[in-house]
Amino acid sequence: MHYLRQNRRRSLTVRLCRWGFLAAFLLAWEVAAEWEWIDSFIFSQPSRIVRTYLSMGQNDLGYHIRVTVGETLAGFLLGAAAGVLLAILLWWSPFVARVSEPYLVVLNSLPKIALGPVIIILAGAGTRAIVFMALAISLVVTVLEMLSGFRDTDPGALRMARTFGATKGQIFRKVVLPYNIPTLFDSLKVNIGLSLVGVIAGEFLVSRAGLGYLIVYGGQVFRMDLVMASVIILAVVAALLYESVALAQKLIGKRFGQGS
Amino acid sequence: MAVLSVEGVRKAYQTPQGETVALQNISFSMEKGDFYSLVGPSGCGKSTLLSIIAGTLSPTAGRVQVAGETVSGPCPHIGYMLQQDNLLEWRTVRQNVLFGLEIRRRLTPQMKERADRLLETYGLAEFADRRPSQLSGGMRQRVALIRTLAVEPDILLLDEAFSALDYQTRLAVTEDVYRIIRQEQVTALMVTHDIPESICMGDKVLILSGRPAVVREELPIRFDLSERSPLLCRSCPEFGSYFNHIWKELGMYEAHESARSLCEEGGPLGGEGALPAAESTP
Repeated sequence: MHYLRQNRRRSLTVRLCRWGFLAAFLLAWEVAAEWEWIDSFIFSQPSRIVRTYLSMGQNDLGYHIRVTVGETLAGFLLGAAAGVLLAILLWWSPFVARVSEPYLVVLNSLPKIALGPVIIILAGAGTRAIVFMALAISLVVTVLEMLSGFRDTDPGALRMARTFGATKGQIFRKVVLPYNIPTLFDSLKVNIGLSLVGVIAGEFLVSRAGLGYLIVYGGQVFRMDLVMASVIILAVVAALLYESVALAQKLIGKRFGQGS
Repeated sequence: MAVLSVEGVRKAYQTPQGETVALQNISFSMEKGDFYSLVGPSGCGKSTLLSIIAGTLSPTAGRVQVAGETVSGPCPHIGYMLQQDNLLEWRTVRQNVLFGLEIRRRLTPQMKERADRLLETYGLAEFADRRPSQLSGGMRQRVALIRTLAVEPDILLLDEAFSALDYQTRLAVTEDVYRIIRQEQVTALMVTHDIPESICMGDKVLILSGRPAVVREELPIRFDLSERSPLLCRSCPEFGSYFNHIWKELGMYEAHESARSLCEEGGPLGGEGALPAAESTP
């Protein structure tokens, strides 16, 4: 009883400190800018950021958020689907896997943003290039992670399935895939962040719309309120996207606890 | 007619160093309802023989017939039970039991009913909707057995099926499995490295020689019991002499290992006779 109370008090303290830190930081920022200890032209100011949000309609902030989220989701879903499919192919055919291994290793360590100009020329300077960038960044990681998950499937379970004469397709559907649902969600959690990186990088390059565009634009015209507001929204969007994947994992993944 | 007949089976592996003969010439046959144990020195090819009978490995020479048909490729008449229960955690106990039927595309209402009946008979009905991790080791092994029996195999192969369990559980599970196999009148062939286990479960113990393996002896096991059970067999006077006999046949190395395991496990159940035999073995 005493232990429980102590425990609850401690987690309450942690939460208080977290919010307290944020409040103190914002307050210090506001005061420092107000009393001109820092240049609010460069560092912006919380109250000005809030004013930027309030004039959201004017800045089309809602529109830019929708663009970025849409592109991120598209790149994320495409990357996840294509990545899982490729991983299945490589699991299915050890020969293809062995042939493609060095290429995958190189592609994995290559910074995909370096391909930006090529992607823009191939896909055109628009949404397609941005989605493509997000896809490129998350794809190889997904393939490698899922493949290693597939390969780490409990050999005992595979043997057991074979004793019943299971075909390769059955083994995949009934053992390997369900066994790797936790792996899938772990990889999705990484991917949602990577897709966002790809989208922002793409928007930096293409510069038509989206939070990445707002950040670049704000930087060029020295409107740091806009830059800061966009960055904060970006942080919130990233957190929400991650949380929704985590929530999906909780809902779906509960059924698929890792095998013993 | 024999349910299983193994005729002159030979298995050789090609390695870069040349040919390795695992099984020289194995022949024996089993009638319906027989329970044979198969013992042999470590690495003599016991599991290879089981894989050949199950049809997952093809023999270099000779043939295996199950229910009059020559085995070629994975055989639907055979149920295979492994050392680990390998229950799938994302399935409930009932879904695990139905796994083999799903794989063999025989998931009819009648078969489902039969599986439920098996769960009921062997005390698992109330756990049917639980996850495997909520079961004890012994219960898990029972579920694995029912999963194998659910596909109605003519022959049940047990490959060191109990060696992953701790000793107490193992004794209890051996009792359970023996009772289930007898009650369902399944023909069973059990590979084991545990001599006491081979004696107290088998009607006959097949003793294999070292590599390349041949059947050295088919030792019929008879106990003077009105109702046989593995645990009772261990305290029978005949037990010790069967044990010594098999021990001598298997030779020094294997004997030494079993002596150790028996001393650890032994106690009043079959510990007798262990030490004299160790001294008399050259």
